[in-house]
Amino acid sequence: MWKHHAKFERHSLVLLIGILVAVAIGGLVEISPLFYLESTIEKVQGMRPYTPLELAGRDVYIREGCYLCHSQMIRPLRDEVERYGHYSLAAESMYDHPFQWGSKRTGPDLARVGGKYSDDWHRQHLADPRAVVPESVMPPYAFLAKKDLDYRDIAQRLETQRKVGVPYTKDEVAHAVDDLEAQADPFDSRGTALKKRYGGKVAQRDFDGNPERVTDMDALVAYLQMLGTLVDFKTYHAEAPENQR
Amino acid sequence: MSEHEVDEATGVETTGHEWDGIRELDNPLPRWWLWTWYASIAAAVVYWVLMPAWPGLHGYTKGILHQSDRVAVVGKLQELKTLRGVQGAKLANASLEQIEHDPELQAYALAAGQAVFGDNCATCHGTGGTGGKGYANLRDDVWLWGGTLEDIQHTIIVGVRTGEPGARDTKMPAFGRDQMLTSAQIDDLTEYVVALSRRRANPAAVTRATQVFADQCAACHGPEGKGDQTKGAPNLTDSEWLYGSARSDIRGQIWNGRGGVMPTWGKRLDPETIKALAVYVHVNAGGQ
Repeated sequence: MWKHHAKFERHSLVLLIGILVAVAIGGLVEISPLFYLESTIEKVQGMRPYTPLELAGRDVYIREGCYLCHSQMIRPLRDEVERYGHYSLAAESMYDHPFQWGSKRTGPDLARVGGKYSDDWHRQHLADPRAVVPESVMPPYAFLAKKDLDYRDIAQRLETQRKVGVPYTKDEVAHAVDDLEAQADPFDSRGTALKKRYGGKVAQRDFDGNPERVTDMDALVAYLQMLGTLVDFKTYHAEAPENQR
Repeated sequence: MSEHEVDEATGVETTGHEWDGIRELDNPLPRWWLWTWYASIAAAVVYWVLMPAWPGLHGYTKGILHQSDRVAVVGKLQELKTLRGVQGAKLANASLEQIEHDPELQAYALAAGQAVFGDNCATCHGTGGTGGKGYANLRDDVWLWGGTLEDIQHTIIVGVRTGEPGARDTKMPAFGRDQMLTSAQIDDLTEYVVALSRRRANPAAVTRATQVFADQCAACHGPEGKGDQTKGAPNLTDSEWLYGSARSDIRGQIWNGRGGVMPTWGKRLDPETIKALAVYVHVNAGGQ
């Protein structure tokens, strides 16, 4: 037995086949069940793909590396549920490519930050965190309010998400620019079409307080204000047997 | 190839590899390391039996301990309720007046309120509740939407200008930005408001602004500028200023008509927590 491993070590092709077999077993056991096991596929009410403005905000979130200090994952632990709200469901990151669970909390968890503060607060806090939270160690992001959002390629970004499985319709991709501009302006008449495509709960506001421009701040605040608000927990019963796992 | 070559000095077989005359000993793995490895394999097998582990076609092995984080957290939250005990249960059923008249319950509500305030409210209203520019001071006796326990509780539940149905919702017009008044009129109004708060102002401007104030401002702020809590219109005659007391601040507010947004906490916090918060805010402000 001990002598046989010499055969693996000395013939690269045999070693390669050996590696493939070992990895295949790992994949079969660890990955493939995720696609068919009912307990890993959650059905919840209210999840929808991100609107173009939220998606652009999410890109700003990733670009600025927010995930390095903020998690988006409320674990099923007493203290976390008490502080942040209902623990995160797998379904809540179903349209996240890549997901933003994070692994470090220098700042608080953001999985349910949506609606917790006003837009005004977010603007002030992002521009100068210590203006509202004196003990904060977060760096300032004042430039976000001064930088026009670059959304020339927003339709392609939706299309990319579609390629990895987010169910954006052709219609949504075609109207991505319209929807994005409409969401940042409460008086934009295209808002009706936006809400028809993404649901009546979509917030249509001037998120950055500057009605003249669509800035990075608009997109980021729109994204933050939506976080954790999609799933309707009135229709989700955590204590139901099918949700206990 | 010299597979069975034995090193003379140590008596250990070599691997047969040689680099520039240096040969490698084929020592066996240290005993302690090997046994630790075997033990961890055995531990893994024990883990499979006790804990959820292997996926199958229609589910997965649950393990004989039936461990589940989701079940566990429900139990832990229940435990917390028990821990909060009699006072916690009492708080759930008590009316706001009952809480006020039961010192023990009030002390409990204050402690609970303080913890929740720290995480949810302090971010805007400040750690001590003293507010900031654009965020109401909760430690004074000036109230925008009413300072009774019921008023405070209602404000927390519905929020302010959230766009949700039922929220406290009024909007001061942006008299300058939306060109409802001229720049000169707003200059005069600023002087008028300064005069209202018993500070020295330009008397000619005050006279000019008197009619404008009566036409444009009195509907919400009252003919004497004393404000109206049903409309969230601040009292302009006191020394508390939400957006600053300087002339430039006052002028900016008339020009832009800013209005703060407070979230709808009724959707995030449970009724007991909101009750505790209301008591906390009320007591700390020496409320009405």
